[in-house]
Amino acid sequence: MAPERLAVVSRIWPWLFLAGLIVFFEAWAQLRVGRSFIGSGYNVQAILLAASAPLMLAIGQTFVIITAGIDLSVGFVMGLAAVCIAQFVDRGGAGAGVLALAIALTVASCLVPGWVNGFLIARLGVPAFIGTLGMYGVARGAGFLAAGSGMTVPVDHAGLAWIGTGWTPVVVTGVLLAAMHVLLSQTRFGQHTYAIGGNPQSAARAGIDVRRHLVRVYMLSAFFAACGGIVYTARYSAGAANAGESLLLDSIAAVVIGGASLFGGTGSLVGSLIGALIIAVIQFGLIFIDVNAFWQFIAVGAVIVLSVLIDQAKERLGRAS
Amino acid sequence: MSEGTAPLLEVRGVSIHFGGVEALKAVDLEVRAGEVVALAGDNGAGKSTLIKIVSGVYVPGAGEVRFRGERTPAGDPQAVRARGIETIYQDLALADNLDVGSNIFLGREPMRRVLGLPVVDRARMTEVAREVLERLDIHVPPNKLNVPVRLLSGGQRQAIAIGRALWWDAKLLIMDEPTAALGVPEQRKVMDLIRGLRAQGVAIILVSHNLNDIFAVADRIVVLRRGERAGERRVAETDGDEIVRLMVGDTYAGTRQAGGVRSKT
Repeated sequence: MAPERLAVVSRIWPWLFLAGLIVFFEAWAQLRVGRSFIGSGYNVQAILLAASAPLMLAIGQTFVIITAGIDLSVGFVMGLAAVCIAQFVDRGGAGAGVLALAIALTVASCLVPGWVNGFLIARLGVPAFIGTLGMYGVARGAGFLAAGSGMTVPVDHAGLAWIGTGWTPVVVTGVLLAAMHVLLSQTRFGQHTYAIGGNPQSAARAGIDVRRHLVRVYMLSAFFAACGGIVYTARYSAGAANAGESLLLDSIAAVVIGGASLFGGTGSLVGSLIGALIIAVIQFGLIFIDVNAFWQFIAVGAVIVLSVLIDQAKERLGRAS
Repeated sequence: MSEGTAPLLEVRGVSIHFGGVEALKAVDLEVRAGEVVALAGDNGAGKSTLIKIVSGVYVPGAGEVRFRGERTPAGDPQAVRARGIETIYQDLALADNLDVGSNIFLGREPMRRVLGLPVVDRARMTEVAREVLERLDIHVPPNKLNVPVRLLSGGQRQAIAIGRALWWDAKLLIMDEPTAALGVPEQRKVMDLIRGLRAQGVAIILVSHNLNDIFAVADRIVVLRRGERAGERRVAETDGDEIVRLMVGDTYAGTRQAGGVRSKT
């Protein structure tokens, strides 16, 4: 195959892979079970709901990874947010104003760890892996402390529950994703995010305030962790400090499958969306065709490695041509 | 060369010391528009220190730097750049993951409005990228204009760094070892670039170890030795042996015949 055509294939491979997965599960469903996999509204909703939770974290994570950073704290910051919104709404009562205030307070509470992450990394030169690992522990402890005696804080609020009902979480995630896609691909903020990931010294010499930008990126990541926590509590009518524990690695996996390099400088939100969908389809599809649930982890792990290998091959091709 | 016109850059009696070490001692340097001045000297002679003073990174302990007749803002590299003195370091300061246009506009992206929102004007960036490379007579195939610049050759990348400086109206280019990391054909291309810039009236300070490069493009050579100005020669009136003698000093002049001219101590 001509190198150029191969480059095109490698660029659209996540799409092809997603399509292949859907075709595979559809064929299986038709042949073995006699019903449709993707033609079922229930299945589609379940897959999109399953994808939207890690995707919410992956939105912020995409910005962070493009700057050659990593945010390991998003899972427990999300848990902290889930507990905070439950506590605030629980104390405030039923009104819509209470909900708005509770959301604002929750977001504000979560921007603090985001700012601290950025400060540690950008001002004090702490490696992102270590700085956010520290925040992983701090947010984890803070979340459980805020939850008080029990692990979870039950909450009963009609407005909050609406956020978690039916298609709402999918729509909320989709709208935020679209807005952030514009921010990343069309604005100076996005352009500088890529520039810093490519070469921070060059960015600084070109007059970009690298430190301030990095602080903003980590705050953005914490903002999406907060959104994830709020949606979680809305869906399950209870805030849990470990709400996002399993979503951290899924969020990183989605970004990497979507074509971002952990060395920074590349990645996109469309890619992260496809990555999150691939993971969700694998997880839901394997359950659908009744494969032992633990195969999910193996399948997703294999896809992560495969996507990085394809990315490296693409890089070699680009150099050669 | 137009000896009559006022120099674009005047460095007068510049000295600087780091701790107890006098890195530069009362050094003078003049560069005119459309002139290539090579800065030669062994490692530690003070070449880097001198260009960092000119580009505003270091503040000299004594002396002054004048550009187009005015003192430059010492210690403020961004302000010096804004006056029209651009330094191209060996690493080129490119964002390797971005395309040519994005690098030319790095940190100063052109914007347009869509539905009232400011967005980056990519069409304009590509257009300017084509224009800038054309001006330098550098051929980059159109399908490579929008790929990350790390996929381009060393000479093309050098051209992008130079083109960026020119686009932002640099009047004086300081080039630090521009050919050090390049293969021979690429080195030639960079030499051609420098000649082209001179023809367009840009002043250039060329820092180089490579005497072949220096003799290929420079009009004058200023030699530094241990922080002092050891001499200045017009290229037409000197040869490699004399420049090497100036670089290493009289003490070692006798060793030239023995072939050990480049060793310093």
